[in-house]
Amino acid sequence: MGVSLSLIHIVGICFFSVSVEQIKNLHKRFEQLSGNEETISRENLENIPALANNPIRRQIIGAFFDKRNQHQNEVGSFEEIGFEQFLMVMSHFRPPTLKTTEEERETMRKEKLRFLFNMHDTDNDGTITLEEYRKAVEELLSKSGAIGQEAAKAIADAAMLEVASTNVPHMAPDDFYEGITFEHFEQILKGLKKESRLGDQPLEGVVLVKECLCCCCF
Amino acid sequence: TFHKYLDPSGFGKSLPEQGLLLLVVLVLLEGSVLPLGAASSPDVSHQDDSHNHKVADHGVNATKKVFPVLDVDYHHIQTPFEISLWVLLASLMKLGFHLIPRLSSIVPESCLLIVVGLLVGGLIKLAGEQVPPVLDSRLFFLCLLPPIILDAGYFLPIRPFMENVGTILMFAVVGTVWNAFFVGGLLYAVCQIQPANPSSLHSIELLHCLLFGSIISAVDPVAVLAVFEEIHINELLHILVFGESLLNDAVTVVLYHLFVEYAGVGTVTVMDGFLGVISFLVVALGGVLVGAIYGILAAFTSRFTSHTRVIEPLFVFVYSYMAYLSAEMFHLSGIMALIACGAVMRPYVEANISHKSHTTIKYFLKMWSSVSETLIFIFLGVATVDGPHSWNWTFVTVTVILCLVARVIGVVGLTYIINKFRIVKLTTKDQFIVAYGGLRGAIAFSLGFLLDQNQFAHRKMFLTAIITVIFFTVFVQGMTIKPLVELLAVKKKQEAKRSINEEIHTQFLDHLLTGIEDICGHYGHHHWKDKLNRFNKKYVKKCLIAGERSKEPQLIAFYHKMEMKQAIELVESGGGVKLPSAVPSTVSMQNIQPKKPPPAKAAERALPQLPKGREEEIRKILRSNLQRTRQRLRSYNRHTLVADPYEDGFSDLLIKKQKMIELEKKMNNYLTVPAAPPDSPTMCRARLASDPQAYSMKPVSDSVPVIQVDLASPQSPDSVNVMDEFRRANQEEDQGLMMKPPQGSSGSNKPGEADTTRDQQRLMRCLSDPGPSADEDEDEPFLP
Repeated sequence: MGVSLSLIHIVGICFFSVSVEQIKNLHKRFEQLSGNEETISRENLENIPALANNPIRRQIIGAFFDKRNQHQNEVGSFEEIGFEQFLMVMSHFRPPTLKTTEEERETMRKEKLRFLFNMHDTDNDGTITLEEYRKAVEELLSKSGAIGQEAAKAIADAAMLEVASTNVPHMAPDDFYEGITFEHFEQILKGLKKESRLGDQPLEGVVLVKECLCCCCF
Repeated sequence: TFHKYLDPSGFGKSLPEQGLLLLVVLVLLEGSVLPLGAASSPDVSHQDDSHNHKVADHGVNATKKVFPVLDVDYHHIQTPFEISLWVLLASLMKLGFHLIPRLSSIVPESCLLIVVGLLVGGLIKLAGEQVPPVLDSRLFFLCLLPPIILDAGYFLPIRPFMENVGTILMFAVVGTVWNAFFVGGLLYAVCQIQPANPSSLHSIELLHCLLFGSIISAVDPVAVLAVFEEIHINELLHILVFGESLLNDAVTVVLYHLFVEYAGVGTVTVMDGFLGVISFLVVALGGVLVGAIYGILAAFTSRFTSHTRVIEPLFVFVYSYMAYLSAEMFHLSGIMALIACGAVMRPYVEANISHKSHTTIKYFLKMWSSVSETLIFIFLGVATVDGPHSWNWTFVTVTVILCLVARVIGVVGLTYIINKFRIVKLTTKDQFIVAYGGLRGAIAFSLGFLLDQNQFAHRKMFLTAIITVIFFTVFVQGMTIKPLVELLAVKKKQEAKRSINEEIHTQFLDHLLTGIEDICGHYGHHHWKDKLNRFNKKYVKKCLIAGERSKEPQLIAFYHKMEMKQAIELVESGGGVKLPSAVPSTVSMQNIQPKKPPPAKAAERALPQLPKGREEEIRKILRSNLQRTRQRLRSYNRHTLVADPYEDGFSDLLIKKQKMIELEKKMNNYLTVPAAPPDSPTMCRARLASDPQAYSMKPVSDSVPVIQVDLASPQSPDSVNVMDEFRRANQEEDQGLMMKPPQGSSGSNKPGEADTTRDQQRLMRCLSDPGPSADEDEDEPFLP
């Protein structure tokens, strides 16, 4: 792995703005997950015990194997991924450093939103339909039992209605709102951007290295 | 700003309950303040009584006194009467300021109130009376301060606070210590100069100066709240300055006690300094712990109050007050205890108590804190007139200048360090506002008042200086901060409400980031937050929240709260005539639901169809009439009929349009709309919980249709699907259906040219029918 790792270093630093330190740590983790193999499969990720409590586990794992997140304009999904693809997905969540400019931050934010959008848009038609949204909310409430499932439909409907009302305020009774496009998606999540100015959650990302924990509270 | 919380309609049914609460509280208040008030009256009355008795004894033998028909005994009621007078004065002042619109926009309320206090104090002095020691420290710390702090703590926005807690702590702890030592030290240095011309200033000791510095350096939450509330700056700055003013109480308490203790001795050793640091940790953490314990007790108690809803608010207030008093008993930070208590108990208590109790708590807290704040500022004015004063130009001016300089240097220096750790940096504008917003207030004055005159020879001078600094910050900084904020174009508070989409995606992102952290193998911020949430859900909520709500996920709770708010807005906006939502739109559920192709029914196609415009008119008329009748008719039919109108084909509507026209003219006479709004669990709970009689709902049966009223967009053309109501009129089932369709029209499916013209004529007549009057039963509340 020695030679290919240094290539990845270069690629990583140039394209992903991930530091050498971060790449080394991620590589170690990759080897741990894959059992020293070259690729990891879905089972490897599913076996992570901490993920068991996460309601959207399936979608997160699915996102790693989604070709759309590799920025190569392909669709479909992989069976297994190598370290490069793993790093590519992780790079969506690199935290901005002290040197990131405002534009770069904007691009990063858009990448994250695109990642989220892909998670919802399972049939890859460029819009999130009501069915897909319902499924997403159901997954979110999947750990909450029966109450969750009943309310999920109502919540998804209300949310969809809100998106439609904000983005296309005047619709005749017979018009049909096809689904949430990426632009509408960005629009409704504008409010979250303001939150990220206040503190550093939730859009600023994950701390990939053992940086000071108090960084996240300041 | 507080008057917007007063909404008379909400008080309707709960007035007797609130009256009871108010009575109890007033009794408590008077009982506690009585010994603090003018102490002379009880003795006088006792003497009077004994004197009268003696006279009576002697009088038996002497001539009979005339029986007093009307007697004035002022001393009997003097103390509570005076207290009530002060409170009344404060409230009338608040009313008065808002009647003069121009004044309240230029001058902040706090300034006006101080001026009123000055006037009142002046009047009393002119009248020759002794000015009552209104800003007595015990009265201040035990009665006037707690409501304001509780109000702030209960409604503290936790998320922004926690996200910036590092910055806030830096400003509160390091900033205050820096201020205290800088001001104290430099004051001492200044007082020592001019050796050739020895003045009284030379006798001040270093420790006294440091004590003075620590009193004057603390940013005051009351003043900050009063001023910042009117300028509406963005949440970040607000929480920074306000959070700092709350958390610096611990520092102030420690420094104050430290210097008071050792001022007598004269020296402070390193050991004492070290003990001071330990003491600070004890005071701060101890205060928080005491508050948290009482908060959990309150949450636990609220779990069992489902049968005695009336006293729920009382638990909240009493537990919080006891937390404050307990902390003060151990010389811990009472303010931090109160904040911790409010913040800890709030999520659990709100899940347990009824909607009315929630409103009561909110109103009472706002009312008390408002009155307290007003009184504090008035008393500041009165106490200024009272004195005692000892003016010394050097001391006072140097103090004012040093305070400003220390604050600016402190903020700039600390921000430089803090920005290394923040990803979202504090800009120069932010720093300026933080520095400029460091107002001093009544806490400093009260602390100064507490000093012992014998121990501190320069107490009077200290008090004068403190008052001058307070006046300077409140008047000069308070008045100019608003125009400065405008001038610097500081970001204002975003009024946008949190939408359901934002809530969904915040949760989604939290889970996503936690998942990514788990895959990374890194135990970061999200991992611990997630663990805390799961612990909360699994153990704490089960313990502290009654019944089913302990299992309610946060998203669903948010959704129900939103539904409830929209329902209330719907009512307050006049029953759906005005669109309550921020973005007026004509989008409805119909636009979103995937359309199913209408099943082809050849026979019905032969029906003549009303032109679309006509259909719209008809719908509009029906809708407006129905909404007027709904309020009147709601109360006597609680049966819900269950079916989803949207899942039936729209072609059915076309079939029944015929009947609709015929029924329409008879609608005013006997149309009943059997519908309760869809009962989300919140509203169900609200209804059932507050009223002891539970309404029994008709059991749902499959074949019975229902109207789903979509509260999310009340203006949608299909929010009341009138067609289906009339369609149901034709069905043979009669379960709970109050509609009596005219016998002739049921089953009449025969269209024809003649019918069409007749229909149109009938329609014209209907359009001219005024319908039921809208002002009947307008006062009947929409929600019970």
